[in-house]
Amino acid sequence: MSIAPDTFAFVADLVTRRSAIRLEPGKEYLVESRLGPLARERGLGLDEFVRRLRSGAADHELATVVEAMTTNETSWFRDVAPFAALRGHVLPLLRDSGQSVRIWSAACSTGQEPYSILMALADAPRTVEIVATDLNEQVLGRAREGVYSQLEVNRGLPAAMLVRHFERVGAHWRVRADLRSRVDFRRHNLMDGTPPGPFDLVFLRNVLIYFDLPTKRAVLDRVARVLRPGGFLVLGAAETTLGVHDGFERVEAGGAVLHRPLPGAARAAAPGLLPTPARTFPVPVAPPPARRTDPVPSTPQMRGLP
Amino acid sequence: MRALVVDDSRTMRRIVAGILQGLGFETHEAEHGAAALALLECGLEVDLACIDWNMPVMDGLELVVRLRATPAWRAITLMMVTTESEQDKIVRALAAGAHEYLLKPFGPEALRDKLVLLGMIPAGVLAGDLA
Repeated sequence: MSIAPDTFAFVADLVTRRSAIRLEPGKEYLVESRLGPLARERGLGLDEFVRRLRSGAADHELATVVEAMTTNETSWFRDVAPFAALRGHVLPLLRDSGQSVRIWSAACSTGQEPYSILMALADAPRTVEIVATDLNEQVLGRAREGVYSQLEVNRGLPAAMLVRHFERVGAHWRVRADLRSRVDFRRHNLMDGTPPGPFDLVFLRNVLIYFDLPTKRAVLDRVARVLRPGGFLVLGAAETTLGVHDGFERVEAGGAVLHRPLPGAARAAAPGLLPTPARTFPVPVAPPPARRTDPVPSTPQMRGLP
Repeated sequence: MRALVVDDSRTMRRIVAGILQGLGFETHEAEHGAAALALLECGLEVDLACIDWNMPVMDGLELVVRLRATPAWRAITLMMVTTESEQDKIVRALAAGAHEYLLKPFGPEALRDKLVLLGMIPAGVLAGDLA
């Protein structure tokens, strides 16, 4: 099956307007695999389904379509190093003003990232508050419920964490209530500012790759503003602020790469203001993480984590 | 890196060995715990053992206990790969000295993720690199 060019163009435009995620030509397969099942549920072919959306006869479906296009697979302790370093190396770098450590897990999908952070910090000497956000209400519902299939818990979750922090529910595994109650899951669009800060750590991993350069810059500006002094941004293993935003410096801690806002990093853009699409920046786009070459984590054994 | 795949199912051994080979491991196979011990006693050196639980002659848990009790084999990373998914079974295997526990059925990415956790392969090896 192949989709009509105007079907793809409509979906790509809709997704970009609603979420700032860009669907480049060549991603037609993604539209087919994500929206094909939705169309079939409604007894329609994909092109017919999208024609109805275009005609305005199915405006109530637009949010569902955007959600289906923006859900991403996620695993536990993704890339290992950022989590392995959290308690022993990152936490001591944060200023201790006697308050909780506040962490924002942005685009948290089905919750593996915020729960991984909490598990990594389970025995930390400071209290931890996590706000976890996603655009997609459906995945947030799953995250709040904290129920995962066996295939999902197989993805990068250390067995010792599984038996400590989960309980069996039939054929599934559920995050224990004490962990679940410590994450504040909220619907949030990265285009609409930030959740109420300030934060000591912002996890924004493997998200910026979907945005165009002006949007990346705008999001990074907001992150710089919402971080407490001495706080850090954590990006995906293949991501960098280099060539995108010059207001951050790279800091290594226990094998994890962190990004610290430089003083005045966020002054350039007005609060909450997004650049118009016509605005251009003479800087190269960071290469996509097609094949990662990041080195072996310097904490080679997760056996003792944390 | 060298790996020993211990499973009484030939199909399962082939699947696990195939994934490991795709990740750069040299693989050896044994059909139960006693056969695995025999290979190691004959001088086979491995970095990793992927061990099924239920096998004839000597089961996986017994193999884990024997390997952990022998100084020459203590450096081997031990991962249970089994359908035994009860919480107390996982606890027993970890207490006996297994380093990780992978539940069957699983995809290549899940085995890859476990090896990343164990520090045996870099995080950058993508599922797409798998054979």
